[in-house]
Amino acid sequence: MTESRGARAVLRLATVAVLSFIYLPLVVIGIYAFNESTNQAWPIQGFSLQWFERAFSQSGVADAFLTSLRAGLGATLIALVLGTLASFAVQRYRFFGRDTVSLLVLLPIALPGIVTGMALNAAFRTGGLEFGIWTIMIGHATFCVVIVYNNVIARVRRVSRHLEEASMDLGATQWQTFRHVTFPAIRTALLAGGLLAFALSFDEVIVTTFTTGGGEQTIPIWILQNYTRTTGLPVVNAVALILILVSIIPVWIAQRLAGAESAAAR
Amino acid sequence: MRTLGLGAGVALVVAGLVPGVAAAQDAPEGALTELGAGEGEVNVVAWPGYVEDGSTSPDIDWVTSFEEATGCQVNVTLGATSDEMFTLMQTGNYDVVSASGDASNRLIAAGQVQPINTALIPSYVDVFEGLKNQPHNTVEGVSYGVPHGRGANLLLFNTDVVTPAPDSWSVVWDPASPYAGKVTAYDSPIYIADAAVYLMATNPELGITNPYALDETQFTAAVELLKQQRAIIGRYWGLYTDQIAGFQSGDMVVGTTWQVTANVLKGSDPATPVEAILPKEGSTGWSDTWMLSAQAQNPNCGYLFMNHIISPETNAAATEYFGEAPANSKSCALTTDPNHCDTYHATDEEYFSKVYYWATPQAQCLDGRTDVVCKDYSEWSAAWTEIKG
Amino acid sequence: MTATAIPPSSPTRRLQAWLYRRPRLQLVLLLALPLFALVVMYLGSLALLLLNAFWTLDPFTRELDRTFSLDNFIDILTSNAYRTITLRTIGMAFLVTITCAVIGFPVAYFMARMASPRLRGFLVVAILLPLWASYLVKVFAWRTILQNQGVLNWALEPLGLNGPGYGDVAVWLVFTYLWLPYMILPIFAGLERIPGSLLEASGDLGGRAGMTFRKVILPLAFPAVIAGSIFTFSLTLGDYITPALVSSTQFLGNVVQREVGVSGNVPLAAALASIPILVMIIYLLVARRLGAFEAI
Repeated sequence: MTESRGARAVLRLATVAVLSFIYLPLVVIGIYAFNESTNQAWPIQGFSLQWFERAFSQSGVADAFLTSLRAGLGATLIALVLGTLASFAVQRYRFFGRDTVSLLVLLPIALPGIVTGMALNAAFRTGGLEFGIWTIMIGHATFCVVIVYNNVIARVRRVSRHLEEASMDLGATQWQTFRHVTFPAIRTALLAGGLLAFALSFDEVIVTTFTTGGGEQTIPIWILQNYTRTTGLPVVNAVALILILVSIIPVWIAQRLAGAESAAAR
Repeated sequence: MRTLGLGAGVALVVAGLVPGVAAAQDAPEGALTELGAGEGEVNVVAWPGYVEDGSTSPDIDWVTSFEEATGCQVNVTLGATSDEMFTLMQTGNYDVVSASGDASNRLIAAGQVQPINTALIPSYVDVFEGLKNQPHNTVEGVSYGVPHGRGANLLLFNTDVVTPAPDSWSVVWDPASPYAGKVTAYDSPIYIADAAVYLMATNPELGITNPYALDETQFTAAVELLKQQRAIIGRYWGLYTDQIAGFQSGDMVVGTTWQVTANVLKGSDPATPVEAILPKEGSTGWSDTWMLSAQAQNPNCGYLFMNHIISPETNAAATEYFGEAPANSKSCALTTDPNHCDTYHATDEEYFSKVYYWATPQAQCLDGRTDVVCKDYSEWSAAWTEIKG
Repeated sequence: MTATAIPPSSPTRRLQAWLYRRPRLQLVLLLALPLFALVVMYLGSLALLLLNAFWTLDPFTRELDRTFSLDNFIDILTSNAYRTITLRTIGMAFLVTITCAVIGFPVAYFMARMASPRLRGFLVVAILLPLWASYLVKVFAWRTILQNQGVLNWALEPLGLNGPGYGDVAVWLVFTYLWLPYMILPIFAGLERIPGSLLEASGDLGGRAGMTFRKVILPLAFPAVIAGSIFTFSLTLGDYITPALVSSTQFLGNVVQREVGVSGNVPLAAALASIPILVMIIYLLVARRLGAFEAI
């Protein structure tokens, strides 16, 4: 106990206040999802489920959801591979330019989305690549790599080399060592990183607008398009509420796994 | 240039239906000479409210019948400004666009749209003569599109808040306006022309005759006026849904608008008490043309769509919904409101002489002056960034 | 008991043994793919974009003129508006970062050092969950909250106050809201790593709560704060959607987006984009010096 009583009370209060601040808009979305009218004025006059009906019947939503899923999975997979490779390289070896690799991995997420988007757009056009699900995936992968990289490198630091050396002393090849010793140790870090990367990809809008052709729509693009229509916003609220509720599960799972692992490592 | 699908039989039928038309002979160079089978879809860039397919409200729909009759699925992308539409057309992903005068000439010059063989569009014969072969849709005698309609930018105000009802644009230009912070304006460089229109009435010594032909002095005056206006603007609007939300929530009470916005505000539940008027100084406006992309993937559906959208019934429904004068002369008899055409001065060419259609400013002055150099669109665009601050 | 026999030799075994003796080659193999993706593809695209900045565009026909020219950069440097917009954007980025740090630190501290393990797990989920709610939807929600007849004004009415409405204050508020989790999580991770023994030692040496905080905790947590600031700063620097939705103010992202998406003037947009690139590279180098990279 290194904090005074007063400080503890203030901290508790601050936490409650900040959490309320964070969740207030989400609650507002939830309420507006049931708004009867397209008029967004407050207080709400009447309630209705019509926007949920519309959300399910509109074909655009389902397609956008699928596209978002596919792009997210693809980007996460790429990020998992590249991020793990890079983190092992940086953590386990000393070489010239080690710091620069960290900087490079960080760059796509540090630079504004519009810069990454424009750059990739220019590159795809010059390379003659056709815009579609692949270009979206590549665009997302650039900033997803750093998420996986951070998670894995933090864990790899904690996995002792001795375990791996012992494994090889006992006759295992490097691949066997990786499969049976290293991988189980970093598995949950990969999962946590992968989930966070997927979340980032699912929600990304700016880079996506530059890397999609006319046809493919991810959920955020669909939301932006819908915003231009007079009845668009209420449907968006309904879809958003559904997405928030649905995503509680993966986040909770990820946290349980990551938490359990880091507790075990301590 | 392109003859697609099983054209011959269809072309003969088309030629037979429309008297006095020889399909192949009069086609401008580069245009389709005959119509083939539909490709199954058509990608359209349109102003909001032009291509309603029932998603705003189930009874506002003039697209589904077309889709069922021709098998061409209509995919609409809404454009907020002419600039945006130009950029969308540049991607080559769209077939048809409803271009205003500040986009149409640029599209033609950039080779983004193809000449139109009006013989392949049966509805074209009924279009008002005053809209055909205009500088914004016809270059060197070659037609690049079919007219949709024309209208003016109006002054929208909340009747509960803005009293007495204004009849002049001064209510949005007055630096001491009582509605400061709740004034709105159109977020596009083309809005500089609106400042010029106001100056035509208040500062006649500047000698502005065409708000799109501004020399150094005139342009500076307009920009100064706009910078002054910036102080009383709450938010600019680019998307009409922004303006609708703004008026509904009371963040905006007065500003320039399109008739469709007023119609939506009055028609929603609960309704917002608004009125849209044409102030005494006149206004800017637009005359829109449906154009076909030079890179169109679905030209046949494109032609079929253009024919449908300017056909008497559809043109009546579309222009009545949006609030503009129709292009098709037969539409006037088909509007729900029998006075629609009178209200919107569809046959009144004199009225439209006070409405300054959106046009693209060029260095060669559009009003014919040769002793000065006018500001071109890139300078308007750069000035707009300065104005918004 | 089985004796641990050495497995028989096989091609894969021999290959891996050979590889084991060549750590440099292992390194190259590990780095090949990521570096290819990052250097060739990403940096290559950036270079291509910046190359565009030296070209110009014909405003009427939108044709690209590929002759080398510094016109775009001259335009930007001599224009008052761009200077104002750049300074405004950087200023907002700093303001949002500081606000997030000030608000986020107490929460992260509580989570790391005062909460029970169960509460801690719950709080981490609670902070992470809003990241899954769509960014766009959150901004729309704030738009609705801040509007004239919105929730905020309705709540403040009995107090006789008025909300900020749309404008710069709204932008600051919404940005702070959006990026708060990105600041809280790294600080939380950083504070969690401080061993309790250090704090006890500080107490043993006579330091009271306040001094321990100032002299031990803050310096150790500082790299984590900088790490979090990388996200809040960069995300604010380039964003155009939030300013467009809750204000009419132009930020750097807005002008870039307008030049690309509306005017189609990629050369000018690329020239403008070089500003945030430069700012971020400087920021990253400073952050690295302050130790942030170990704390992300």
